[in-house]
Amino acid sequence: MTKKLQNITNKLSPIAALLVVVALWAAATGFEWVPAFMLPSPRAVLDAFVSDFPLLLQHAGVTLCEAFAGLTIGVLLAFVLAALMNRFAFLYKALYPVLVITQTIPTIAIAPLLVLWMGFGMAPKITLVVITTFFPIAVSLLDGFRSADADAVNLLRSMGAGRLKIFRHVLMPSALGSFFAGLKVSASYAVVGAVISEWLGGFEGLGVYMTRVQKAYAFDKMFSVILFITLISLVLMWGVTLLRYLVMPWERKEKESK
Amino acid sequence: MPTSPDAVLRAEHISKSFGDHKVLEDVSISLQKGELVCLLGISGAGKTTLFNILSGLMQPDSGHVYVNGAETTGQPGKISYMLQKDLLLPFRTVLDNVALPLMLRGVPKKEAREQAASHFARFGLAGTEKKYPDKLSGGMRQRAALLRTYLASDGIALLDEPFSALDTITKGAIHEWYLDIMRDIELTTLFITHDVDEAVKLSDRVCILGGSPGTIFAQIPIEELRPRAHDFMLGEAFLGYKRKIFEALQL
Repeated sequence: MTKKLQNITNKLSPIAALLVVVALWAAATGFEWVPAFMLPSPRAVLDAFVSDFPLLLQHAGVTLCEAFAGLTIGVLLAFVLAALMNRFAFLYKALYPVLVITQTIPTIAIAPLLVLWMGFGMAPKITLVVITTFFPIAVSLLDGFRSADADAVNLLRSMGAGRLKIFRHVLMPSALGSFFAGLKVSASYAVVGAVISEWLGGFEGLGVYMTRVQKAYAFDKMFSVILFITLISLVLMWGVTLLRYLVMPWERKEKESK
Repeated sequence: MPTSPDAVLRAEHISKSFGDHKVLEDVSISLQKGELVCLLGISGAGKTTLFNILSGLMQPDSGHVYVNGAETTGQPGKISYMLQKDLLLPFRTVLDNVALPLMLRGVPKKEAREQAASHFARFGLAGTEKKYPDKLSGGMRQRAALLRTYLASDGIALLDEPFSALDTITKGAIHEWYLDIMRDIELTTLFITHDVDEAVKLSDRVCILGGSPGTIFAQIPIEELRPRAHDFMLGEAFLGYKRKIFEALQL
């Protein structure tokens, strides 16, 4: 009984915190602590969100396309590289530091370069998403492979399994948990990466739309885009959680049947 | 020590060193079908190394291993062994864990599952097929691991301290059960233990591995008929065997 109550308070407290923030925001605009043209009220943002919704949806389609394409390629590349690095120790030693270094290069810094190389189409955006999502997934996969129980690997060897079967039956499933943790991070990176690369030029997409409303000083619309991007990221992360639930049935808590 | 040629598992003159450290020296051991032999010894006497060699995971420096008459030295996949840790893969259902060795051998999934499932009742695992291992009790997990070992090894089980993680009562129950099932499925067992009582209670023969480098320096047959009476463990004969073992261990 108390556990149930605790569960409810656990779920309610973040909602309450969010409500407090929105209330403060409404107060700041309502009492004009901040000039209305600089900080639109929650109400105005919501109105802009509703009236712009078809337009936002259209731009989101493009951004999501880029994000998904980039994420898919990023996952595939990360998977291949992590598998190879796990198999060959010299590759691991040679590439792991390089991987870390590539991650310290700020995305925003290379985005203009990609535009110069690849033009204003989707290619530079997808490339940027690949670069940002690739690393967390590669690292989480590598860590996952290494977390596999060495005794379990030996057990399969004693049953006559070769490397490929050991990979399939022990290493891969052992790495799934940390893979999904990496994917969750990468899914939101993917959207943000796509938006940032759109800032620098393009014809469609949430980033393009953002720069457009920015130039018009339409703060309410800026906020509604940000709100929309946040929602998309949340939905994607929730999607990853759902995927994890479906792919890893052994993690589910058994329903009390007694 | 002589090894008989018709044994199901036979190791001859096994020696193994790691660098300068000689771990096993001229170890020979053989098991007849249905026999239960216990390998008793001081920690560090090379018991686990011997198991690794018997299961083909490790190549001995010299010596040979035969399973059912065919040489299997350094070839994994013929006999598998079970550790104190049951090593059930947490991401596979109990049934898929048990069927794994069959699947690895190329038996189609459906057939492997059917074959594995047919043993579940006898191993006291009925109803656990679709569960994941973390939902099972320690004793059940151990039985599932045992079934998997049995299916992996063609009627031979190598057990490395299989029952030592269990509490005394569970252990006692699983001993009885194990002796029953062995007779039932004609299982041949070689197992490692530190527990002298367990060794005398279960075995047909106790092999004492010791020294540095390790070698088998005594084999003590336990000539008590089976099934052994419940008060065997409290009787004079039992103590006699224990005394013999302690003498051999030089304790």
